[in-house]
Amino acid sequence: MITFTVNGETREFSGDPTTPILWYLRDELQLTGSKFGCGMAQCGACTVHVNGVAQRSCVLPVSAVSGSKITTIEGLSKDGDHPVQQAWIEHKVPQCGYCQCGQMMQAASLLASNPTPSDEEIVQGMSGNICRCGTYPRIHKAIKSAAKTMAGVEYFIPETEGEKA
Amino acid sequence: MSQYFDLTRRSFLKSSAAAGVLVLGTYFAGAAPRVMAGVLAKPSESAKTANLFVALRPDGIVEITCHRSEMGQQIRTALAQIVADEMEASWDKIVVIQGKGDLKYGDQNTDGSRSIRYNMQRLREMGASVRYLMRQAAATRWNVPIDSCSAQQHLVTHSSGKTLTYAELVNDALSITPPELDKILLKKRSEWRYINTAMEHIDLKDIVKGKAIFAADVLEPKALIAVIVRPPVVGGKVKRFDAKAAKAIKGVVDVIEIPAPKGAPLFQPKGGIAIVANNTWAAIQGRRALSVTWDDGKNGDYNSEAFKASLLATVSSPQSSVREIGDAATILAKASDKLVADYYAPHLAQAPMEPPCATAMYYKDRVDVWAATQNPQADMATVGAMVGLPKEKINVQVTMLGGGFGRKSKPDFSAEAAYLSMKTGQAIRVQWTREDDIQHSFYHAVSAQHIEASLDKNGAIEAYLHRTAFSPIASTFQEGATAPGSFELRLGFTDNPINTPNMKLENGEAPAKARIGWMRSVSNIFHAFAIQSFIAEAAHKAGRDQKDYLLETIGPARIVDVTEQNAQYDNYGADKATYPLDIGRLRHVIEKAADMSGWGRKLPKGRGLGIAAHRSFLTYVATVVEVEVSDSGELKIIKSWASIDAGTVVNTDTVINQVQGGSIYGMTAAISEGITFDKGRVQQSNFHDYRVPRMSDSPLEIEVEIIPSEAPPAGVGEPATPVYAPALCNAIFAACGKRIRQLPIGDQLKA
Repeated sequence: MITFTVNGETREFSGDPTTPILWYLRDELQLTGSKFGCGMAQCGACTVHVNGVAQRSCVLPVSAVSGSKITTIEGLSKDGDHPVQQAWIEHKVPQCGYCQCGQMMQAASLLASNPTPSDEEIVQGMSGNICRCGTYPRIHKAIKSAAKTMAGVEYFIPETEGEKA
Repeated sequence: MSQYFDLTRRSFLKSSAAAGVLVLGTYFAGAAPRVMAGVLAKPSESAKTANLFVALRPDGIVEITCHRSEMGQQIRTALAQIVADEMEASWDKIVVIQGKGDLKYGDQNTDGSRSIRYNMQRLREMGASVRYLMRQAAATRWNVPIDSCSAQQHLVTHSSGKTLTYAELVNDALSITPPELDKILLKKRSEWRYINTAMEHIDLKDIVKGKAIFAADVLEPKALIAVIVRPPVVGGKVKRFDAKAAKAIKGVVDVIEIPAPKGAPLFQPKGGIAIVANNTWAAIQGRRALSVTWDDGKNGDYNSEAFKASLLATVSSPQSSVREIGDAATILAKASDKLVADYYAPHLAQAPMEPPCATAMYYKDRVDVWAATQNPQADMATVGAMVGLPKEKINVQVTMLGGGFGRKSKPDFSAEAAYLSMKTGQAIRVQWTREDDIQHSFYHAVSAQHIEASLDKNGAIEAYLHRTAFSPIASTFQEGATAPGSFELRLGFTDNPINTPNMKLENGEAPAKARIGWMRSVSNIFHAFAIQSFIAEAAHKAGRDQKDYLLETIGPARIVDVTEQNAQYDNYGADKATYPLDIGRLRHVIEKAADMSGWGRKLPKGRGLGIAAHRSFLTYVATVVEVEVSDSGELKIIKSWASIDAGTVVNTDTVINQVQGGSIYGMTAAISEGITFDKGRVQQSNFHDYRVPRMSDSPLEIEVEIIPSEAPPAGVGEPATPVYAPALCNAIFAACGKRIRQLPIGDQLKA
């Protein structure tokens, strides 16, 4: 039995421990915001946070997340209002939208570790996430804008809820 | 009164539903956009089964049906903007319902950048009809002339100041005969409040919350998951397979052979072996454990290097004439100083972020399908043929598409799901992996082109010869076809904009040894690449500025009719009087993009600007790219600028987003390694070896200007793509003097 939390809820898993966490989230928990894009950590559509850090859930076996706190797009904010999500709306980033949950999870993780990234640091931090619609210029602008919003503001992070209490 | 459609019937029909919902419908017969008749199908029972274009409910909510597929072009928003604007609906009362596959809608094939072109006028008229009905209902209630009643934002106001809401008028309107089309007064452009604005798209917030439903996110019906191993060679078959190890994987419930297709590929599944499991990971594991031996068939010899040589050989000798004026052949035969160039571009895969996926449930007398499809009517036909039912018995629900780019117009994946559901009696979701997508696509054609020209004493092109050869899309529909359909040649070849007294365009035949399909902007990609690169090469030979020379080469503002030069040209199916090939508009976008980029400014060493312009899907786009090439040959795209004249546009922000994205998509042709074959097999398998643009490849700024226009609406989704690779390669030449004639760029800058 492998135990971990997903968006703050404790989960127990007793299936094939090699199962990538993506398929557990999608097939078992029906959390479909994390997308399948490549299955080999090449595109980032499946990005989730493990203990607050962006990881590619398509190659991360359940066995590796024992005791971890997993956050998906569904748990990034209570009402879809994480500063990154707000910036995505403000800049009307998405076209088809398929990659965007992964992009936002990557961006939120980037900003959590580096609240004031330079242009080049954003490029480095985001180049593992593919968008075939080609929204990169808008993603870049949205991250810069989210960084400004987030400066000095505390916001909801499921991984740290409870720790504060 | 219609400038876009030749109306054969002049009124909308209306039906009063039992529930008291006012519904208006409109109908295209077949795919032809010219025939419009007022027809009413049954009104919606509920939001889920709505099948009409607009319904006004007693609570004032307006249901607008979107019969086109949503794949990021925000068509769901644009169609709603059109209807809501003309009916003077409040935007917060709009609900968009995704139409399922249904012949009554007319064309639903969401490709060819034509959703707005086909639908804007009829949707405006329908919206205006509802507005008229609201005014008439109020006028009748108040016993006043209709002209004294005006409608704004869900409210009818009499000149005396009294008002009634749309909701209050629904019931009255049910007994009013809809107006003849001639009586409908469309809004003036100055009165538009939604059309030609940058309204936020209706699915934006769902997408940002992870709530948008793509094909694999359909949870009802609960489906088993199938992953399929397909013949690696087109035309190949299963010789034998051993399912023992696959069946031993926990969660695998069945292993089923899918029959090989017969005849032309059409959109038939390729056949193969399906692993059916109760979760996706088990299905993927099961496929890994499966052992299959293949009979490769006649395409097992397909090798891209050899094929490239054969295409280049084809274009080195005279071929069938496509268009001719003057006597280019004689002049070029005598010319002592010609510019001669061969261009080559490989196969590409569309590679939408969402790999193909569909769920199907087979019943004896029908099949229900949920699919990420660009063309649900193709699913109806393809699924019907696969399971032996008439297409009318196939119910296709269209999910959101995680990108399409032409791949999802070919619903082989839906037919696979339906077949497996028929065999298992259970709902089946077929999930393509990225490897499946890269290795079993309908590929953008591999192509070679030969161009030669002589310049007169002023440096102008006096004679121009251009040959093209590529594996044709026609082969997907007609077994063994080696000649392209005229529709493939009109995509940037037949409509060459060069103004010269002597032009000869020729097409050479080429076989298809893979499934060939269309990819965003189709053969415009390689034709614009060759033409726009060649004009820049000629500018260099003539010692001229590239932009000035481009303008001189396409000549003065005028209307060109290429059919006057012994050519067949269908103008994207559009009337040439309404949508002429207008060199003035092409000139304008060139001048605009050049101006935006500060063309002619002094650049540091290693930097260069390149320009390209092209008309496709009846829209004019010019792009300028600025690059930096380091001494060691590292390429960096600094910025690009694009101007687009698409006639009337509905959502200005969507147009900008599409031009930005279409530019980056066009970059794929330049920087991707392409799709190559050996022994009939695709040599790439995922994003590590089929490279697509990433943020690190992309400029961080793509400035876009929309040319204000009252011309009829033209395409937006595709036209920014073909210009990008030539503008980029022209910029590279300006930066470092290296001319790229073969795509991808690869290591050529490092040589």
